[in-house]
Amino acid sequence: MRNLASLLFAGGLAFLLMAIAALLPFGHPPVLAGGAILEQAADQVGAANIVTAVVLGYRGLDTLGEITILFAAAAGLGLVLGRRRAGAPRDPDAGPVLRTGAALMFPLLVLVGFHIILHGHLTPGGGFQGGVILAAAFFLPLLARPGTPVDHPGLSLVEGTAGAVFIVTGLVALLTGGEFLQPLLGTGTLGTLFSAGTLPILYLALGLKVGAELAGLLARLADAETDT
Amino acid sequence: MMPAGLPFLFYAGAIGLLVIGISGIVLSRNLFRIILALALAEAGANLLLVLAGWHWGGSAPILGQGKALETMVDPVPQALVLTAIVIGVGIQALALALAVRAYRAYGTLDMRRLRNRMNRDIAAAAGIPAESSRDAPAGGRPTPPVPAAHRSGGGRA
Repeated sequence: MRNLASLLFAGGLAFLLMAIAALLPFGHPPVLAGGAILEQAADQVGAANIVTAVVLGYRGLDTLGEITILFAAAAGLGLVLGRRRAGAPRDPDAGPVLRTGAALMFPLLVLVGFHIILHGHLTPGGGFQGGVILAAAFFLPLLARPGTPVDHPGLSLVEGTAGAVFIVTGLVALLTGGEFLQPLLGTGTLGTLFSAGTLPILYLALGLKVGAELAGLLARLADAETDT
Repeated sequence: MMPAGLPFLFYAGAIGLLVIGISGIVLSRNLFRIILALALAEAGANLLLVLAGWHWGGSAPILGQGKALETMVDPVPQALVLTAIVIGVGIQALALALAVRAYRAYGTLDMRRLRNRMNRDIAAAAGIPAESSRDAPAGGRPTPPVPAAHRSGGGRA
């Protein structure tokens, strides 16, 4: 009975969404804000990747709120899982393939992560994507050897510093007469690495913060005791 | 210009993912599967959002590649989806942590067993028979016993 009601609900939802979708002119969206942003972003922000211009230039405050949510989730996860007891059993080390692979992949992943973060204003990618790759790089050794100690205070330090850099950059913009988190330092030449003003700095801070946060979060999840 | 049936396929894919995810959430009994279904529903919702800004023959909203501004897709939904993905990761991590915690406390991830054991524990803590429904009127219930920690706190009331 309950399953039947659930299926009816899911079917009704699908019908409702399809009905709404059928009303929309597919492939011809009414581009209002997006069109204006496409036209003005090059002059106002100077980032070749317009998604970056939107994420950091036009709604930087929103992004700050977003990393606050991520921080709250990571803090809540640490709180819920609690501290690991000293003598709790761990999984054994992985086989030689995963261990060698992890050692080989680590520098490559760090390099790719930083590349994606630093080119976030030019090519697809940015702080969030690169940060996730950095977190994966630091989580991989933990998968290969579950006993590897994790430097949680160090991760917190990186995370806190990066968050502070993000907010201070915004406050500097506020002090120099602009809006909070407004891009500074001019727009530079479109498409070069040192363009779009403070956007690369913001994205670097964002990437390090997301990377440190996710690495700590994954380490805590992997480290959680379940067999008590 | 618009191939017939193709828009239906795009939308059906996105809405299908969303509905499969939601069906999984309401039909599954295993907590871990519910979290996986949540991730699936999220993917469908994100796809739907990206589709909302897409247009035929559109190119990525990146300047300096010889593409005209008019062909670029709307960057706003893409930025929104970036936000949604990151928040989704946070939600999933927190949900997994809660599931780990529930498993540690009750030794199962099955929703029905979890609910039974929780009800039993709550009933035991409140000093009422385990079979009584939590929706029953509260008037007939005896007052919960004072926990030992408070009782032995000296002779005061």
